Amino acid sequence: MALLIGSLTIGLILTLLALGIFISFRIFDFSDITAEGSFTFGAALAASLIVMGMNPLLASAIAFLGGCLAGAITGILHTRFKINPLLAGILVMTALYSVNLHVMGKSNIPLLSKTTVFTWIENFSDKTFGVQKTVNLIGWQVDVKDLWILLFCFLIITIISIILWWFFKTHIGTAMRATGDNDQMIRALGVNTKIMIVLGIALSNGFIALSGAFLAQYQGFADVQMGIGMLVWGLASVIIGEALISEPNLGLLIAGTVMGSVLFRLLVAIALSWGMNPNDLKLITALFVFIALVLPALMKNKRKISLKN
Amino acid sequence: MLQVENSIKTFNPGTVNEVKALRGVTFDIEDGSFVSVLGTNGSGKSTTLNAVAGTFFIDSGKIILDGIDITKWPESKRAKYIGRVFQNPFSGTAPGMSIAENLALASKRGQKRGFGWGLSSSLIKEFKEKVKPLKMGLEDRLENPIGKLSGGQRQALTLLMATWLKPKLLLLDEHTAALDPKTAHKVIELTDKIVTDNKLTTLMVTHSMQQAVNLGDRIIMMHQGKVAYDIKGEDKRRLKVNDLLALFDEIRRKDQIDPEVAELIAANYV
Repeated sequence: MALLIGSLTIGLILTLLALGIFISFRIFDFSDITAEGSFTFGAALAASLIVMGMNPLLASAIAFLGGCLAGAITGILHTRFKINPLLAGILVMTALYSVNLHVMGKSNIPLLSKTTVFTWIENFSDKTFGVQKTVNLIGWQVDVKDLWILLFCFLIITIISIILWWFFKTHIGTAMRATGDNDQMIRALGVNTKIMIVLGIALSNGFIALSGAFLAQYQGFADVQMGIGMLVWGLASVIIGEALISEPNLGLLIAGTVMGSVLFRLLVAIALSWGMNPNDLKLITALFVFIALVLPALMKNKRKISLKN
Repeated sequence: MLQVENSIKTFNPGTVNEVKALRGVTFDIEDGSFVSVLGTNGSGKSTTLNAVAGTFFIDSGKIILDGIDITKWPESKRAKYIGRVFQNPFSGTAPGMSIAENLALASKRGQKRGFGWGLSSSLIKEFKEKVKPLKMGLEDRLENPIGKLSGGQRQALTLLMATWLKPKLLLLDEHTAALDPKTAHKVIELTDKIVTDNKLTTLMVTHSMQQAVNLGDRIIMMHQGKVAYDIKGEDKRRLKVNDLLALFDEIRRKDQIDPEVAELIAANYV
Protein backbone atom coordinates (compact mmCIF):
# COMPACT_ATOMS: atom_id res chain seq x y z
CA MET A 1 0.00 0.00 0.00
CA ALA A 2 2.88 2.35 0.82
CA LEU A 3 4.16 1.50 -2.64
CA LEU A 4 0.82 2.46 -4.18
CA ILE A 5 0.70 5.79 -2.35
CA GLY A 6 4.31 6.48 -3.27
CA SER A 7 3.57 5.79 -6.93
CA LEU A 8 0.49 8.00 -6.87
CA THR A 9 2.53 10.81 -5.34
CA ILE A 10 5.33 10.52 -7.88
CA GLY A 11 2.73 10.22 -10.62
CA LEU A 12 1.19 13.50 -9.48
CA ILE A 13 4.59 15.21 -9.27
CA LEU A 14 5.39 14.02 -12.80
CA THR A 15 2.03 15.39 -13.93
CA LEU A 16 3.73 18.77 -14.08
CA LEU A 17 6.22 17.26 -16.51
CA ALA A 18 3.38 15.77 -18.56
CA LEU A 19 1.55 19.12 -18.63
CA GLY A 20 4.74 20.78 -19.86
CA ILE A 21 5.09 18.21 -22.62
CA PHE A 22 1.40 18.65 -23.40
CA ILE A 23 1.98 22.38 -23.94
CA SER A 24 4.99 21.98 -26.23
CA PHE A 25 4.00 18.86 -28.17
CA ARG A 26 0.25 19.18 -28.33
CA ILE A 27 -0.60 22.86 -28.09
CA PHE A 28 2.36 24.19 -30.04
CA ASP A 29 3.19 21.08 -32.06
CA PHE A 30 6.81 21.86 -31.14
CA SER A 31 8.99 18.77 -30.55
CA ASP A 32 10.84 20.26 -27.63
CA ILE A 33 13.60 18.10 -26.19
CA THR A 34 14.78 20.87 -23.85
CA ALA A 35 12.61 19.01 -21.31
CA GLU A 36 15.39 16.55 -20.49
CA GLY A 37 17.70 19.41 -19.51
CA SER A 38 15.17 21.67 -17.85
CA PHE A 39 13.81 18.84 -15.67
CA THR A 40 17.28 18.38 -14.16
CA PHE A 41 17.82 22.14 -14.15
CA GLY A 42 14.76 22.59 -11.94
CA ALA A 43 15.92 19.82 -9.60
CA ALA A 44 19.47 21.21 -9.49
CA LEU A 45 18.35 24.77 -8.78
CA ALA A 46 15.90 23.76 -6.07
CA ALA A 47 18.33 21.33 -4.40
CA SER A 48 21.27 23.76 -4.40
CA LEU A 49 19.14 26.61 -3.06
CA ILE A 50 17.60 24.41 -0.37
CA VAL A 51 21.07 23.25 0.69
CA MET A 52 22.01 26.92 0.98
CA GLY A 53 19.10 27.28 3.39
CA MET A 54 16.49 28.89 1.20
CA ASN A 55 12.77 28.47 1.80
CA PRO A 56 11.85 25.36 -0.27
CA LEU A 57 8.78 26.98 -1.84
CA LEU A 58 10.81 29.97 -2.95
CA ALA A 59 13.50 27.59 -4.25
CA SER A 60 10.80 25.75 -6.26
CA ALA A 61 9.52 29.05 -7.66
CA ILE A 62 13.05 29.94 -8.77
CA ALA A 63 13.36 26.50 -10.36
CA PHE A 64 10.16 27.27 -12.31
CA LEU A 65 11.62 30.56 -13.53
CA GLY A 66 14.88 28.82 -14.44
CA GLY A 67 12.94 26.36 -16.57
CA CYS A 68 11.09 29.27 -18.21
CA LEU A 69 14.42 30.85 -19.09
CA ALA A 70 15.73 27.62 -20.64
CA GLY A 71 12.52 27.24 -22.66
CA ALA A 72 12.64 30.87 -23.78
CA ILE A 73 16.16 30.32 -25.10
CA THR A 74 15.00 27.30 -27.11
CA GLY A 75 12.09 29.36 -28.40
CA ILE A 76 14.36 32.23 -29.41
CA LEU A 77 16.84 29.87 -31.12
CA HIS A 78 13.94 28.62 -33.19
CA THR A 79 12.05 31.83 -33.93
CA ARG A 80 14.87 34.37 -34.13
CA PHE A 81 17.63 32.21 -35.61
CA LYS A 82 15.39 29.82 -37.56
CA ILE A 83 16.90 26.67 -36.06
CA ASN A 84 14.75 23.57 -36.37
CA PRO A 85 12.79 22.98 -33.11
CA LEU A 86 14.38 19.61 -32.45
CA LEU A 87 17.90 20.95 -32.91
CA ALA A 88 17.20 24.09 -30.87
CA GLY A 89 16.04 21.81 -28.04
CA ILE A 90 19.09 19.57 -28.34
CA LEU A 91 21.42 22.58 -28.17
CA VAL A 92 19.81 23.95 -25.02
CA MET A 93 19.56 20.48 -23.45
CA THR A 94 23.25 19.84 -24.06
CA ALA A 95 24.25 23.25 -22.76
CA LEU A 96 22.10 22.70 -19.67
CA TYR A 97 24.07 19.57 -18.80
CA SER A 98 27.13 21.73 -18.07
CA VAL A 99 24.99 24.40 -16.42
CA ASN A 100 23.45 21.78 -14.13
CA LEU A 101 26.85 20.50 -13.07
CA HIS A 102 27.90 24.08 -12.29
CA VAL A 103 24.71 24.76 -10.34
CA MET A 104 25.10 21.59 -8.28
CA GLY A 105 28.89 21.66 -8.04
CA LYS A 106 28.88 17.86 -8.17
CA SER A 107 26.77 15.24 -9.89
CA ASN A 108 24.49 14.49 -6.94
CA ILE A 109 23.08 16.57 -4.08
CA PRO A 110 21.46 14.72 -1.15
CA LEU A 111 18.59 16.52 0.58
CA LEU A 112 17.78 14.00 3.28
CA SER A 113 18.60 16.20 6.28
CA LYS A 114 17.35 19.42 4.68
CA THR A 115 14.03 21.16 5.02
CA THR A 116 11.97 20.60 1.90
CA VAL A 117 8.32 21.20 1.12
CA PHE A 118 7.69 17.60 2.09
CA THR A 119 9.47 17.78 5.46
CA TRP A 120 7.14 20.67 6.25
CA ILE A 121 4.18 18.43 5.58
CA GLU A 122 5.68 15.58 7.59
CA ASN A 123 6.31 17.89 10.54
CA PHE A 124 2.78 19.22 10.29
CA SER A 125 1.43 15.66 10.32
CA ASP A 126 3.61 14.64 13.26
CA LYS A 127 2.47 17.63 15.28
CA THR A 128 -1.21 17.27 14.53
CA PHE A 129 -1.65 13.51 14.52
CA GLY A 130 1.36 12.23 16.46
CA VAL A 131 4.60 10.63 15.33
CA GLN A 132 4.49 7.32 13.42
CA LYS A 133 0.71 7.45 13.31
CA THR A 134 -0.87 5.01 10.91
CA VAL A 135 -4.44 4.66 9.74
CA ASN A 136 -6.31 1.70 8.39
CA LEU A 137 -7.12 2.27 4.74
CA ILE A 138 -9.26 -0.54 3.34
CA GLY A 139 -7.31 -3.16 5.27
CA TRP A 140 -3.82 -1.68 4.98
CA GLN A 141 -1.91 0.24 7.60
CA VAL A 142 -0.84 3.51 5.99
CA ASP A 143 1.42 6.21 7.38
CA VAL A 144 -0.61 9.39 7.83
CA LYS A 145 2.38 11.43 6.64
CA ASP A 146 2.29 9.74 3.25
CA LEU A 147 -1.41 10.50 2.93
CA TRP A 148 -0.84 14.16 3.70
CA ILE A 149 1.91 14.36 1.12
CA LEU A 150 -0.35 12.73 -1.43
CA LEU A 151 -3.13 15.14 -0.61
CA PHE A 152 -0.76 18.10 -0.89
CA CYS A 153 0.42 16.97 -4.34
CA PHE A 154 -3.15 16.43 -5.42
CA LEU A 155 -4.13 19.92 -4.33
CA ILE A 156 -1.12 21.53 -6.05
CA ILE A 157 -1.84 19.67 -9.29
CA THR A 158 -5.53 20.54 -9.17
CA ILE A 159 -4.79 24.22 -8.65
CA ILE A 160 -2.15 24.30 -11.39
CA SER A 161 -4.40 22.43 -13.82
CA ILE A 162 -7.23 24.88 -13.23
CA ILE A 163 -4.90 27.86 -13.66
CA LEU A 164 -3.55 26.33 -16.87
CA TRP A 165 -7.04 25.68 -18.19
CA TRP A 166 -8.08 29.22 -17.34
CA PHE A 167 -4.95 30.62 -18.96
CA PHE A 168 -5.55 28.80 -22.24
CA LYS A 169 -9.09 30.16 -22.30
CA THR A 170 -8.02 33.82 -21.98
CA HIS A 171 -7.45 35.98 -25.04
CA ILE A 172 -3.71 35.47 -24.95
CA GLY A 173 -4.03 31.74 -24.22
CA THR A 174 -6.50 31.28 -27.07
CA ALA A 175 -4.04 33.05 -29.37
CA MET A 176 -1.34 30.63 -28.18
CA ARG A 177 -3.47 27.61 -29.00
CA ALA A 178 -4.24 29.07 -32.41
CA THR A 179 -0.51 29.55 -33.00
CA GLY A 180 -0.06 25.79 -32.72
CA ASP A 181 -3.23 25.04 -34.66
CA ASN A 182 -2.84 27.40 -37.63
CA ASP A 183 -0.05 29.96 -37.43
CA GLN A 184 -0.85 31.56 -40.78
CA MET A 185 -4.38 32.33 -39.66
CA ILE A 186 -3.41 33.84 -36.33
CA ARG A 187 -0.68 35.99 -37.91
CA ALA A 188 -3.32 37.34 -40.25
CA LEU A 189 -5.31 38.24 -37.14
CA GLY A 190 -2.44 40.30 -35.79
CA VAL A 191 -0.67 37.93 -33.40
CA ASN A 192 3.12 37.81 -33.39
CA THR A 193 3.50 34.03 -33.48
CA LYS A 194 7.21 34.21 -32.63
CA ILE A 195 6.48 35.80 -29.28
CA MET A 196 3.71 33.26 -28.66
CA ILE A 197 6.09 30.35 -29.32
CA VAL A 198 8.79 31.77 -27.04
CA LEU A 199 6.26 32.36 -24.25
CA GLY A 200 4.66 28.96 -24.70
CA ILE A 201 7.89 26.97 -24.72
CA ALA A 202 9.05 28.99 -21.70
CA LEU A 203 5.86 28.10 -19.84
CA SER A 204 6.21 24.46 -20.82
CA ASN A 205 9.76 24.22 -19.49
CA GLY A 206 8.82 26.14 -16.38
CA PHE A 207 6.38 23.37 -15.47
CA ILE A 208 8.91 20.70 -16.36
CA ALA A 209 11.54 22.32 -14.12
CA LEU A 210 9.01 22.63 -11.31
CA SER A 211 8.32 18.93 -11.68
CA GLY A 212 12.04 18.22 -11.33
CA ALA A 213 12.24 20.51 -8.29
CA PHE A 214 9.41 18.68 -6.51
CA LEU A 215 10.71 15.25 -7.45
CA ALA A 216 14.17 16.07 -6.05
CA GLN A 217 12.57 17.17 -2.79
CA TYR A 218 10.33 14.11 -2.62
CA GLN A 219 13.00 11.52 -3.33
CA GLY A 220 15.58 13.39 -1.26
CA PHE A 221 18.24 14.08 -3.86
CA ALA A 222 18.95 15.79 -7.17
CA ASP A 223 21.05 13.96 -9.73
CA VAL A 224 22.50 15.30 -12.94
CA GLN A 225 21.20 12.24 -14.81
CA MET A 226 17.61 12.44 -13.59
CA GLY A 227 16.29 14.14 -16.72
CA ILE A 228 17.24 11.35 -19.09
CA GLY A 229 14.21 9.77 -20.72
CA MET A 230 11.81 12.25 -19.13
CA LEU A 231 10.59 13.55 -22.49
CA VAL A 232 9.37 10.13 -23.58
CA TRP A 233 7.95 9.55 -20.13
CA GLY A 234 5.91 12.75 -20.38
CA LEU A 235 4.84 11.93 -23.90
CA ALA A 236 3.64 8.51 -22.78
CA SER A 237 1.53 10.20 -20.09
CA VAL A 238 0.04 12.63 -22.62
CA ILE A 239 -0.79 9.78 -25.02
CA ILE A 240 -2.46 7.71 -22.30
CA GLY A 241 -4.37 10.82 -21.28
CA GLU A 242 -5.66 11.32 -24.82
CA ALA A 243 -6.77 7.69 -24.94
CA LEU A 244 -8.71 8.15 -21.69
CA ILE A 245 -10.90 11.02 -22.82
CA SER A 246 -13.87 11.02 -25.14
CA GLU A 247 -13.43 14.27 -27.04
CA PRO A 248 -10.44 16.53 -27.48
CA ASN A 249 -11.54 19.67 -25.68
CA LEU A 250 -9.05 21.61 -23.62
CA GLY A 251 -10.37 20.88 -20.13
CA LEU A 252 -10.62 17.16 -20.81
CA LEU A 253 -7.16 17.09 -22.39
CA ILE A 254 -5.62 18.66 -19.29
CA ALA A 255 -7.55 16.32 -16.98
CA GLY A 256 -6.59 13.40 -19.22
CA THR A 257 -2.92 14.35 -19.04
CA VAL A 258 -3.09 14.37 -15.23
CA MET A 259 -4.79 10.98 -15.19
CA GLY A 260 -2.42 9.65 -17.83
CA SER A 261 0.62 10.61 -15.79
CA VAL A 262 -0.68 8.97 -12.62
CA LEU A 263 -1.86 5.88 -14.46
CA PHE A 264 1.43 5.48 -16.29
CA ARG A 265 3.40 5.72 -13.04
CA LEU A 266 1.08 3.11 -11.50
CA LEU A 267 1.54 0.76 -14.44
CA VAL A 268 5.31 1.13 -14.14
CA ALA A 269 5.19 0.47 -10.40
CA ILE A 270 3.11 -2.65 -10.95
CA ALA A 271 5.45 -3.88 -13.66
CA LEU A 272 8.45 -3.28 -11.43
CA SER A 273 6.87 -5.07 -8.48
CA TRP A 274 6.14 -8.02 -10.75
CA GLY A 275 9.86 -8.31 -11.33
CA MET A 276 10.53 -6.22 -14.43
CA ASN A 277 14.19 -5.29 -14.64
CA PRO A 278 14.40 -1.52 -13.88
CA ASN A 279 17.10 -1.25 -16.54
CA ASP A 280 14.47 -2.12 -19.16
CA LEU A 281 12.16 0.68 -18.04
CA LYS A 282 13.23 3.27 -20.62
CA LEU A 283 13.29 0.69 -23.42
CA ILE A 284 9.76 -0.35 -22.62
CA THR A 285 8.59 3.27 -22.27
CA ALA A 286 10.04 4.07 -25.68
CA LEU A 287 8.40 0.99 -27.20
CA PHE A 288 5.12 1.97 -25.63
CA VAL A 289 5.24 5.48 -27.13
CA PHE A 290 6.25 4.01 -30.50
CA ILE A 291 3.27 1.68 -30.49
CA ALA A 292 0.94 4.44 -29.34
CA LEU A 293 2.14 6.68 -32.17
CA VAL A 294 1.89 4.02 -34.88
CA LEU A 295 -1.19 2.11 -33.80
CA PRO A 296 -3.88 4.67 -34.75
CA ALA A 297 -2.48 4.97 -38.30
CA LEU A 298 -2.26 1.18 -38.67
CA MET A 299 -5.82 0.74 -37.50
CA LYS A 300 -6.98 3.36 -39.98
CA ASN A 301 -5.23 1.51 -42.81
CA LYS A 302 -6.81 -1.75 -41.72
CA ARG A 303 -10.22 -0.13 -41.71
CA LYS A 304 -9.66 1.30 -45.17
CA ILE A 305 -8.63 -2.10 -46.49
CA SER A 306 -11.64 -3.79 -44.95
CA LEU A 307 -13.89 -1.12 -46.40
CA LYS A 308 -12.44 -1.69 -49.85
CA ASN A 309 -13.09 -5.39 -49.59
CA MET B 1 -6.12 54.34 -49.30
CA LEU B 2 -3.48 51.95 -50.60
CA GLN B 3 -0.45 52.97 -52.63
CA VAL B 4 1.94 50.41 -54.01
CA GLU B 5 4.97 52.15 -55.49
CA ASN B 6 7.42 50.47 -57.83
CA SER B 7 7.53 47.27 -55.80
CA ILE B 8 10.15 44.71 -56.77
CA LYS B 9 10.51 41.21 -55.41
CA THR B 10 12.82 38.43 -56.54
CA PHE B 11 12.55 35.01 -54.91
CA ASN B 12 15.70 32.87 -54.50
CA PRO B 13 17.97 35.51 -56.06
CA GLY B 14 21.19 34.24 -57.61
CA THR B 15 20.05 30.63 -57.80
CA VAL B 16 18.66 28.47 -60.61
CA ASN B 17 15.27 28.88 -58.99
CA GLU B 18 15.36 32.65 -59.25
CA VAL B 19 11.92 34.09 -59.91
CA LYS B 20 11.38 37.76 -60.62
CA ALA B 21 7.88 37.82 -59.20
CA LEU B 22 7.34 41.57 -59.03
CA ARG B 23 9.15 43.84 -61.47
CA GLY B 24 7.99 47.26 -60.43
CA VAL B 25 4.33 47.11 -59.49
CA THR B 26 2.68 50.48 -59.09
CA PHE B 27 -0.95 51.26 -58.39
CA ASP B 28 -3.07 53.41 -56.15
CA ILE B 29 -6.42 52.39 -54.71
CA GLU B 30 -9.00 54.91 -53.56
CA ASP B 31 -10.92 54.65 -50.33
CA GLY B 32 -13.97 52.38 -50.69
CA SER B 33 -12.89 50.98 -54.03
CA PHE B 34 -13.37 47.27 -54.84
CA VAL B 35 -10.56 46.15 -57.14
CA SER B 36 -10.23 42.78 -58.86
CA VAL B 37 -6.74 41.64 -59.81
CA LEU B 38 -6.55 39.36 -62.84
CA GLY B 39 -3.62 37.72 -64.55
CA THR B 40 -2.18 34.52 -65.90
CA ASN B 41 -0.30 32.06 -63.71
CA GLY B 42 2.97 33.58 -62.55
CA SER B 43 1.87 37.10 -63.40
CA GLY B 44 2.48 38.17 -59.81
CA LYS B 45 -1.11 38.77 -58.72
CA SER B 46 -0.97 36.65 -55.57
CA THR B 47 2.56 37.86 -54.88
CA THR B 48 1.29 41.43 -54.99
CA LEU B 49 -1.42 40.60 -52.49
CA ASN B 50 1.04 38.84 -50.19
CA ALA B 51 3.43 41.77 -50.44
CA VAL B 52 0.65 44.06 -49.23
CA ALA B 53 -0.29 41.62 -46.47
CA GLY B 54 3.33 41.38 -45.36
CA THR B 55 3.90 37.66 -45.89
CA PHE B 56 7.37 38.76 -47.05
CA PHE B 57 9.18 42.06 -47.40
CA ILE B 58 9.63 43.55 -50.87
CA ASP B 59 13.20 44.11 -52.14
CA SER B 60 12.53 47.71 -53.08
CA GLY B 61 9.60 50.04 -53.47
CA LYS B 62 7.01 51.26 -51.03
CA ILE B 63 3.65 50.19 -49.65
CA ILE B 64 1.57 52.92 -48.07
CA LEU B 65 -1.73 52.26 -46.36
CA ASP B 66 -3.92 55.19 -45.37
CA GLY B 67 -0.90 57.49 -45.38
CA ILE B 68 1.26 55.19 -43.24
CA ASP B 69 4.37 53.60 -44.74
CA ILE B 70 3.96 49.92 -43.83
CA THR B 71 6.73 48.61 -46.09
CA LYS B 72 8.83 47.43 -43.13
CA TRP B 73 5.96 46.33 -40.90
CA PRO B 74 5.76 42.61 -40.07
CA GLU B 75 2.67 40.68 -41.10
CA SER B 76 1.15 40.57 -37.63
CA LYS B 77 1.43 44.34 -37.21
CA ARG B 78 -0.24 45.03 -40.57
CA ALA B 79 -3.12 42.78 -39.55
CA LYS B 80 -4.39 45.62 -37.40
CA TYR B 81 -5.52 47.35 -40.60
CA ILE B 82 -5.83 44.46 -43.02
CA GLY B 83 -8.36 41.64 -43.11
CA ARG B 84 -7.52 38.58 -45.20
CA VAL B 85 -9.19 35.56 -46.75
CA PHE B 86 -6.99 32.88 -48.28
CA GLN B 87 -7.40 30.65 -51.30
CA ASN B 88 -7.23 27.51 -49.18
CA PRO B 89 -10.33 27.26 -46.97
CA PHE B 90 -8.18 25.53 -44.35
CA SER B 91 -5.81 28.49 -44.05
CA GLY B 92 -8.16 31.03 -42.53
CA THR B 93 -9.42 29.13 -39.50
CA ALA B 94 -7.91 27.12 -36.65
CA PRO B 95 -9.38 23.63 -37.22
CA GLY B 96 -8.93 22.28 -33.70
CA MET B 97 -10.75 25.16 -32.07
CA SER B 98 -14.46 25.82 -31.88
CA ILE B 99 -16.35 28.20 -34.18
CA ALA B 100 -16.87 30.52 -31.22
CA GLU B 101 -13.17 30.53 -30.33
CA ASN B 102 -12.21 31.28 -33.92
CA LEU B 103 -14.64 34.20 -33.96
CA ALA B 104 -13.30 35.36 -30.60
CA LEU B 105 -9.79 35.40 -32.03
CA ALA B 106 -11.04 37.49 -34.96
CA SER B 107 -12.89 39.89 -32.67
CA LYS B 108 -9.48 40.90 -31.30
CA ARG B 109 -7.70 41.29 -34.64
CA GLY B 110 -4.71 43.57 -34.22
CA GLN B 111 -5.63 44.45 -30.65
CA LYS B 112 -3.82 43.73 -27.43
CA ARG B 113 -4.73 40.32 -26.08
CA GLY B 114 -4.67 40.21 -22.31
CA PHE B 115 -5.78 37.84 -19.59
CA GLY B 116 -9.47 38.54 -20.05
CA TRP B 117 -11.77 35.56 -20.57
CA GLY B 118 -11.79 34.70 -24.27
CA LEU B 119 -15.47 33.83 -24.61
CA SER B 120 -17.85 36.09 -22.73
CA SER B 121 -21.58 35.42 -22.93
CA SER B 122 -22.23 38.80 -24.56
CA LEU B 123 -19.67 37.92 -27.21
CA ILE B 124 -21.36 34.56 -27.87
CA LYS B 125 -24.68 36.34 -28.28
CA GLU B 126 -23.08 38.66 -30.81
CA PHE B 127 -21.58 35.67 -32.64
CA LYS B 128 -25.00 34.05 -32.94
CA GLU B 129 -26.55 37.21 -34.35
CA LYS B 130 -23.82 37.67 -36.93
CA VAL B 131 -23.54 34.01 -37.94
CA LYS B 132 -27.29 33.53 -38.42
CA PRO B 133 -27.54 35.59 -41.65
CA LEU B 134 -25.10 33.13 -43.26
CA LYS B 135 -28.05 30.68 -43.22
CA MET B 136 -25.75 27.74 -42.64
CA GLY B 137 -27.20 26.71 -39.29
CA LEU B 138 -23.88 27.45 -37.63
CA GLU B 139 -25.42 29.59 -34.88
CA ASP B 140 -26.43 26.43 -33.00
CA ARG B 141 -23.06 24.78 -33.45
CA LEU B 142 -20.74 27.44 -32.11
CA GLU B 143 -19.08 24.96 -29.77
CA ASN B 144 -18.17 22.55 -32.57
CA PRO B 145 -14.61 22.42 -33.86
CA ILE B 146 -14.35 24.42 -37.08
CA GLY B 147 -12.33 21.61 -38.71
CA LYS B 148 -15.52 19.59 -39.12
CA LEU B 149 -17.12 22.19 -41.40
CA SER B 150 -17.09 22.17 -45.19
CA GLY B 151 -14.76 24.38 -47.21
CA GLY B 152 -17.59 26.76 -48.12
CA GLN B 153 -18.72 27.15 -44.53
CA ARG B 154 -15.17 27.76 -43.41
CA GLN B 155 -14.59 30.31 -46.15
CA ALA B 156 -17.81 32.14 -45.23
CA LEU B 157 -16.68 32.23 -41.60
CA THR B 158 -13.21 33.42 -42.59
CA LEU B 159 -14.84 36.25 -44.51
CA LEU B 160 -16.88 37.14 -41.46
CA MET B 161 -13.77 36.94 -39.28
CA ALA B 162 -11.64 39.08 -41.58
CA THR B 163 -14.25 41.84 -41.48
CA TRP B 164 -15.41 41.45 -37.87
CA LEU B 165 -13.50 44.60 -36.96
CA LYS B 166 -13.77 46.87 -39.99
CA PRO B 167 -10.38 46.69 -41.73
CA LYS B 168 -8.96 49.58 -43.71
CA LEU B 169 -8.24 47.07 -46.44
CA LEU B 170 -9.69 43.65 -47.24
CA LEU B 171 -7.49 41.22 -49.16
CA LEU B 172 -9.13 38.26 -50.90
CA ASP B 173 -6.74 35.79 -52.46
CA GLU B 174 -8.73 33.68 -54.96
CA HIS B 175 -10.96 32.86 -52.03
CA THR B 176 -13.49 30.93 -54.11
CA ALA B 177 -11.02 29.00 -56.29
CA ALA B 178 -11.05 25.87 -54.13
CA LEU B 179 -14.84 25.70 -53.83
CA ASP B 180 -17.42 23.97 -56.01
CA PRO B 181 -19.29 26.37 -58.36
CA LYS B 182 -22.46 26.56 -56.28
CA THR B 183 -20.61 27.24 -53.02
CA ALA B 184 -18.30 29.65 -54.79
CA HIS B 185 -21.34 31.59 -55.97
CA LYS B 186 -22.71 31.78 -52.44
CA VAL B 187 -19.38 32.98 -51.03
CA ILE B 188 -19.11 35.61 -53.76
CA GLU B 189 -22.61 36.87 -52.98
CA LEU B 190 -21.64 37.10 -49.33
CA THR B 191 -18.43 38.91 -50.26
CA ASP B 192 -20.35 41.46 -52.29
CA LYS B 193 -22.83 42.02 -49.48
CA ILE B 194 -20.18 42.43 -46.76
CA VAL B 195 -18.03 44.72 -48.89
CA THR B 196 -20.98 46.89 -49.96
CA ASP B 197 -22.57 47.05 -46.49
CA ASN B 198 -19.33 48.08 -44.82
CA LYS B 199 -17.99 50.16 -47.75
CA LEU B 200 -14.71 48.25 -47.52
CA THR B 201 -11.67 49.01 -49.61
CA THR B 202 -11.03 45.63 -51.20
CA LEU B 203 -8.34 44.00 -53.27
CA MET B 204 -9.48 40.66 -54.69
CA VAL B 205 -7.26 38.35 -56.69
CA THR B 206 -9.36 36.13 -58.88
CA HIS B 207 -8.98 33.66 -61.71
CA SER B 208 -12.58 34.16 -62.81
CA MET B 209 -13.14 36.86 -65.40
CA GLN B 210 -16.87 36.65 -64.76
CA GLN B 211 -16.29 37.55 -61.11
CA ALA B 212 -14.05 40.44 -62.08
CA VAL B 213 -16.66 41.74 -64.52
CA ASN B 214 -19.61 41.36 -62.15
CA LEU B 215 -18.01 42.67 -59.00
CA GLY B 216 -16.21 45.80 -58.02
CA ASP B 217 -15.45 49.05 -59.76
CA ARG B 218 -11.98 48.41 -61.13
CA ILE B 219 -9.86 45.69 -62.71
CA ILE B 220 -6.10 45.52 -62.58
CA MET B 221 -4.64 43.03 -65.03
CA MET B 222 -1.13 41.87 -64.29
CA HIS B 223 1.49 40.34 -66.53
CA GLN B 224 5.08 39.33 -65.85
CA GLY B 225 5.25 41.06 -62.51
CA LYS B 226 3.81 44.35 -63.70
CA VAL B 227 0.45 46.02 -64.07
CA ALA B 228 -0.49 45.49 -67.73
CA TYR B 229 -3.95 47.08 -67.79
CA ASP B 230 -5.90 49.16 -65.34
CA ILE B 231 -9.60 49.47 -66.14
CA LYS B 232 -11.83 51.68 -64.03
CA GLY B 233 -14.78 54.03 -64.03
CA GLU B 234 -17.07 54.00 -67.07
CA ASP B 235 -14.76 51.57 -68.91
CA LYS B 236 -15.08 49.03 -66.10
CA ARG B 237 -18.87 49.34 -66.04
CA ARG B 238 -19.15 48.68 -69.78
CA LEU B 239 -16.60 45.88 -69.73
CA LYS B 240 -17.67 42.36 -70.81
CA VAL B 241 -15.89 39.06 -70.40
CA ASN B 242 -15.15 39.08 -74.14
CA ASP B 243 -13.28 42.36 -73.79
CA LEU B 244 -11.12 40.81 -71.11
CA LEU B 245 -10.46 37.79 -73.29
CA ALA B 246 -9.35 40.12 -76.05
CA LEU B 247 -6.93 41.82 -73.67
CA PHE B 248 -5.50 38.47 -72.64
CA ASP B 249 -5.03 37.59 -76.32
CA GLU B 250 -3.22 40.83 -76.88
CA ILE B 251 -0.85 40.06 -74.01
CA ARG B 252 -0.27 36.60 -75.43
CA ARG B 253 0.56 37.97 -78.88
CA LYS B 254 3.05 40.41 -77.42
CA ASP B 255 4.57 37.50 -75.54
CA GLN B 256 5.30 35.55 -78.67
CA ILE B 257 7.85 38.11 -79.74
CA ASP B 258 11.04 37.76 -77.78
CA PRO B 259 11.57 40.91 -75.65
CA GLU B 260 15.09 41.49 -77.05
CA VAL B 261 13.91 41.14 -80.61
CA ALA B 262 11.05 43.48 -79.84
CA GLU B 263 13.52 46.06 -78.57
CA LEU B 264 15.62 45.69 -81.70
CA ILE B 265 12.59 46.10 -83.91
CA ALA B 266 11.43 49.08 -81.90
CA ALA B 267 14.85 50.75 -82.13
CA ASN B 268 15.01 50.24 -85.90
CA TYR B 269 11.49 50.93 -86.98
CA VAL B 270 9.72 53.10 -84.45
